[in-house]
Amino acid sequence: MKGKPEDGLLISPIRNGTVIDHIAAGEGLPVLRILGITGRTTEELSVATNVESRQMGKKDIVKIENRELVKEEVDRISLIAPKASINIIREYRVVQKIGVEIPSEVVGVIRCPNPACISNANEPIRSLFACQRRGYRCRYCDTMITRDVGSYIV
Amino acid sequence: MHHIISIREVSREEIDDILDRASAIDSGNFDSEALKGKILANLFFEPSTRTQMSFASAMMRLGGSVISLGSVEASSVAKGETLADTIRVVSGYADAIVLRHPLEGAARFASESATIPVINAGDGAGQHPSQTLLDLFTIRQSMSLEKINIGFLGDLRYGRTAHSLAAALSRYDARIHTITPKGLELPPGLTEDLIEYGTDIVVHEHLEDVVEDLDVLYVTRIQRERFPDPADYASIASSYRVTPDVIRGVSDRFLLMHPLPRVDEIDPRVDALPCARYFEQSRNGVPVRMAMLQKVFL
Repeated sequence: MKGKPEDGLLISPIRNGTVIDHIAAGEGLPVLRILGITGRTTEELSVATNVESRQMGKKDIVKIENRELVKEEVDRISLIAPKASINIIREYRVVQKIGVEIPSEVVGVIRCPNPACISNANEPIRSLFACQRRGYRCRYCDTMITRDVGSYIV
Repeated sequence: MHHIISIREVSREEIDDILDRASAIDSGNFDSEALKGKILANLFFEPSTRTQMSFASAMMRLGGSVISLGSVEASSVAKGETLADTIRVVSGYADAIVLRHPLEGAARFASESATIPVINAGDGAGQHPSQTLLDLFTIRQSMSLEKINIGFLGDLRYGRTAHSLAAALSRYDARIHTITPKGLELPPGLTEDLIEYGTDIVVHEHLEDVVEDLDVLYVTRIQRERFPDPADYASIASSYRVTPDVIRGVSDRFLLMHPLPRVDEIDPRVDALPCARYFEQSRNGVPVRMAMLQKVFL
């Protein structure tokens, strides 16, 4: 059984929580936003940006103490970090690895950029986007989001 | 329950079936009591003459009855009622709903709240499937829909009728020519959809460059109501106009179409030419909508 790992790493390992690795460089902070983590929430966080990566060149890493992400949160991350890998940590050990999968539909997560879309009106409606090869298509008005999807996250 | 929301969801076989039914109806071959006892609710949240009246006419010719929202100002909408609640309420009063609404996606949303079929009669700059079907019907009265050369002139950015017709004709291997004022080109998403579907799209600056090669020229109005900035509208309005001179030299089978209402984009002198089909097109709204109602109710 592994003990507490050595000091001297860029970010200290966490005892319990979640490590989100292989986030494209620059997307670490949007990942926090998509998880609802702001300067006013209480999570204990470590964020590393522009870390050297053999696989990606540069990458971001996010570590969240004492919080294990659930599937719906992982799906949200797929919108902006489709190559991320998510490790659930307990007592310094990886107990679960969750691959990010792009869901076929995204409900209530992104806002339609079309101001004339019914999903932006005062109606009892949740936004719904179908994930397609070219991007995300609004179920209601067909508007496609092909880039900067992070900026439309509710 | 059979909703008709977007032409993209109507298969080519279904389109052909509706057009065949409309042809039979146009020849007088229909049961004038087929929808006796059925009630259609016309919910028009935007002004409309042709669509509203032709749906009412179609329903009545099939023996059914029509109830209407009346003016939006005189309805519960003015009190702040949501579309979802209006649709739920009307679902209890009628057997099907025809909806025209200024917001895109309104018909799709309505179909999720309704317990009866919803027919989209135009949602903002989005979809207008019944218009597309009558446009296809009008073309098919003169020529096969296969591989036609069609030009779209005017506002292709906000023009839902052009969007739907282009999408429908892509199923028939049409070649699409666009002639638009700057800033009113086809939305990129639609262009990519059409290209993905294998449709040839050719962009032209001037109608004169292509008109002689066209089988159909589909003209649309620049819609003042869709422009967020009136200054943008003013700068573009009246930037094109079809006159007898412009269409001199077109082929014998050439058709000039327009969903109406027109403002300045077609010179009234063109009306008398044999190629002018826009009033025929408008009249075709009745048999085509009768065929759609048959499909929805029966």
